[in-house]
Amino acid sequence: MDLNIAGIRLDVTEDGYLTDVSQWNKDIGLEIAKNEGIEMTDRHWEVVSWLQEQVKNDVALSIRGIKKSGVLDIKEFYALFPKGPLKISTKIAGVPKPKSCI
Amino acid sequence: MKNLIILGAGTSGTMMANHLVSKLPKKDWSITIIDQYKTHYYQPGFLFLPFDTYTEDQVKKVGKKFIPKGVNYIQKKIDKILPVDNQVVLEDETLDYDLLIIATGSKIVPEETEGLLGPLWKKDIFDFYTFEGALALRNKLREWDGGKLVIHITEMPIKCPVAPLEFAFLADSYFTKKGMRDKVEITYVTPLSGAFTKPTCSKSLSYLLSEKGIHMEADFAIERVDNEKKEIVDYGDKTIPFDLLVTVPTNMGDELIERSGLGDDLNFIPTHKHTLQSIEHENIFVIGDATNVPASKAGSVAHFQAETLTDNILLYIKGYTLKEEFDGHANCFIETGNNKALLIDFNYNTEPVHGTFPFPKIGPLKLLKESIFNHWGKLAFRWIYWNMLLKGIAIPFVSRNMSFKGKIFDIKRN
Repeated sequence: MDLNIAGIRLDVTEDGYLTDVSQWNKDIGLEIAKNEGIEMTDRHWEVVSWLQEQVKNDVALSIRGIKKSGVLDIKEFYALFPKGPLKISTKIAGVPKPKSCI
Repeated sequence: MKNLIILGAGTSGTMMANHLVSKLPKKDWSITIIDQYKTHYYQPGFLFLPFDTYTEDQVKKVGKKFIPKGVNYIQKKIDKILPVDNQVVLEDETLDYDLLIIATGSKIVPEETEGLLGPLWKKDIFDFYTFEGALALRNKLREWDGGKLVIHITEMPIKCPVAPLEFAFLADSYFTKKGMRDKVEITYVTPLSGAFTKPTCSKSLSYLLSEKGIHMEADFAIERVDNEKKEIVDYGDKTIPFDLLVTVPTNMGDELIERSGLGDDLNFIPTHKHTLQSIEHENIFVIGDATNVPASKAGSVAHFQAETLTDNILLYIKGYTLKEEFDGHANCFIETGNNKALLIDFNYNTEPVHGTFPFPKIGPLKLLKESIFNHWGKLAFRWIYWNMLLKGIAIPFVSRNMSFKGKIFDIKRN
């Protein structure tokens, strides 16, 4: 599948995750957030950069990991990205959908 | 004389003792296995205990029966591992090892969820991942007169990831047989996006839930249990009321791993996913639920791992490079109720597919399709477990790595 954002053709998975993190930029993040009904604030971007950093360092993302992150607590995570915070925030960050699902 | 020590005499540890006793040269190596518990449980049987399908005696035996002659069996509590000194500290003695195999498994930790161990625990809230929990739940179900039954997974990973779903299917059958299905509302609550952990399964098997009238709540990350209102609450303040909650609490590795500083957040040990060697210490190997490898935590996985690990231990002892062989192979029966079951076969990279098993076209078992034959397979497995698997006898025609023969790749993956 591919997706057209701001005139750029992007490869995405069936549920809309970028397949190539290097294609990501802030405009793309903004556009994905809009589709998810989320208005990005500075705090949202901080969390997004932190997620990207974690993925770069091969840290598996999980709700438990958020609890221990020291960056934000789970309540705030839900407040920023309601309903499925981990799924939505990773989509905006352009990183793969976490698979804590074995 | 060199010492090989195995920590844990569960499924994995017992299999390793049986594999190695005949393969390590007796004049050079002594093998010791340590476990404080005397009873060996057939854990897949815990699923059937609550529904009165199995009796207590069918799921437990004296562990000693399965430890082979020639292996030194110590029944003591393990305090900690000292990986730098190559020592294991027991309650009253310290042992030196040249090679260590950690097979200490995983277990439920209900303390991790606020309110789970509150006043309703073992009254209206139960687990079925322990012998005691499954028995208490059996007694509750015998006299329960219906209401809202909520089956719930706290967080991944869990041992036998399909067990809670099987529980939901079997509960549907159980209450139907008792003539009270109309009095029971079944809800399946998962932190994942779908009922199955594997997308191809969710796609081809979601009909099972609707067919059985099981309601599903996905993406539910529990924050706490409200004992007063009898509901579970997630971090997004979503609530689900229950009359009877059957939960799978957080699964973690043994505290011994934490005391030894060898684990991750959940006390699982960082392990090379193809060789099963510990990432940090080259003379420590890890098998079964104790590892952090991204395979299912299940007996079938441990069985396939044991074959690779045995070869790797022999290679390691002789100074050869280890085989990067283990592929995450899992082979699981899934009970779907009404005396039927599914069979799934998958590995790290390949999701469950349709086809026949173990023989192409012939079967007799069908992959990813419900059949009565598969159910017999699941029941027969208890005999195979006690008589073949623990003893390290290879299951005929089932190879350690996943085979692609007889498999039909007709489900599109994401």
